[in-house]
Amino acid sequence: MTAASLTGGFTAAPQQSAQAFRAILEAMARPGTIHLVAGASPPPPLSVAAGVALLTLADATTPLHLAGAADCAEVRNWIAFHIGAPLVAAGAADFALGTWDALQPVTDFRIGTPDYPDRSATLIVEVDRLAAHGACLTGPGIETVSWLSLPETTAFRANRAQFPLGFDCLFTCGARFAGLPRSTRVEAI
Amino acid sequence: MSDYNFAYLDEQTKRMIRRAILKGIAVPGYQVPFASREMPMPYGWGTGGVQVTAACLVPEDRLKVIDQGADDTTNAVSIRKFFQRTAGVAVTEATTEATIIQTRHRIPETPLTEGQILVYQVPIPEPLRFLEPRETETRKMHELEEYGLMHVKLYEDIARHGQIATAYAYPVKVEGRYVMDPSPIPRFDNPKLSGNCAIQLFGAGREQRIYALPPFTKVVSLDFDDHPFHASKAPHDCDLCGAKHSYLDEVITDDAGGRMFVCSDTDFCSGRRTAGHIGRLGTDPAHSRPHPSPTNAEGGSLPPRGERMGVGAHRQVGSA
Repeated sequence: MTAASLTGGFTAAPQQSAQAFRAILEAMARPGTIHLVAGASPPPPLSVAAGVALLTLADATTPLHLAGAADCAEVRNWIAFHIGAPLVAAGAADFALGTWDALQPVTDFRIGTPDYPDRSATLIVEVDRLAAHGACLTGPGIETVSWLSLPETTAFRANRAQFPLGFDCLFTCGARFAGLPRSTRVEAI
Repeated sequence: MSDYNFAYLDEQTKRMIRRAILKGIAVPGYQVPFASREMPMPYGWGTGGVQVTAACLVPEDRLKVIDQGADDTTNAVSIRKFFQRTAGVAVTEATTEATIIQTRHRIPETPLTEGQILVYQVPIPEPLRFLEPRETETRKMHELEEYGLMHVKLYEDIARHGQIATAYAYPVKVEGRYVMDPSPIPRFDNPKLSGNCAIQLFGAGREQRIYALPPFTKVVSLDFDDHPFHASKAPHDCDLCGAKHSYLDEVITDDAGGRMFVCSDTDFCSGRRTAGHIGRLGTDPAHSRPHPSPTNAEGGSLPPRGERMGVGAHRQVGSA
């Protein structure tokens, strides 16, 4: 544990987490829209948006899976101090954090059970590029159609096919992020 | 500000509620269990809605609270004061100015816009509960999409009354998957559930459930090909503002059979009167009371009214 692990959290948690949650809610409720957040400065390789999402949603009651480069000592220490989430394997996680490649195979994550579809994982996916063009999205939260740069489409189509089961995704890139709930139909164009 | 944490609840509770809201958004119409807290108000007064509102509020929000469409009834006034005191947010009675609207049993007449959140207070979130009392069974019915019982209930309405007599809490199907209780809104409001620009969140405090409709979600009121759903209201115009297409409250004015019909949405009605619309009994808005607000002796307001046909007596419970 170094002094750096003790900094980078919210300075006014109630207000900052409320603002962050509203942005996350809008992102999840309107897939394809890109939102800005601020307030956290987690250690690299975590993006600001990923740090904000963890501070807002994760706590000691939510098992967290760190994948790939995100699973380093600095990040573990930062999470231990600011969030306290138990770090677990992919199959036991409520939240998972990493790049899309590091999170593979995504079929390992919990998708809920037919009677409790809410008992599923939320993936916080770090991406290099986040733009409102790419794969074509339709479904709840989208009036006609929207677009989002996704790392691939096959996995999300398979995820949608399991509805109401499935995992939900939050794509983070710097201070920006977008949501992709399991209810969204994804088409490659 | 006050000595309370922002928006009353502690941060861990808000995180738990926020996680439940996001899962509700991801599975529209599915009731997500959450660890509902005791609130400083009794069950039936909107403890579920208040917790959802508390988890969503930001300091910049402008909050509107309505009870059966009215901004000035006991329930609405006390919840508005609660958040003014514990969150320090601005409040309004104008639907168009509000960013979060907490509602008990009505959807505002004025169409909602993008960026607004409508929070419903829900007494019994399970649409199948009065048909099947066991939670284990209703959960299995949702799992298997086994909703035949609900159609039997609607069919029995037709067999007994000649039409579907469910006037409020009219069941809907969300995105072709989950049957959902829209909370005890009059069925007049059901068409506004579908394709709405706003995020709609439902909180049931006593029953510990949260569910949600993202914007533009397809919501279909259950019906039959030969008995299609229709949104009904009292066949009158508003006596104060003359509105022909708003949902009406019936107000008894004397003991000789006198009565009047007024818009249940007070903001809509006063807005129309300010714009110069005058109904049968309407007067210059500058000299009239804003709205007669019907409340019962216990302080809560009455169940949806205006059309008194076939309201199931067993559904008359408060909103949790």
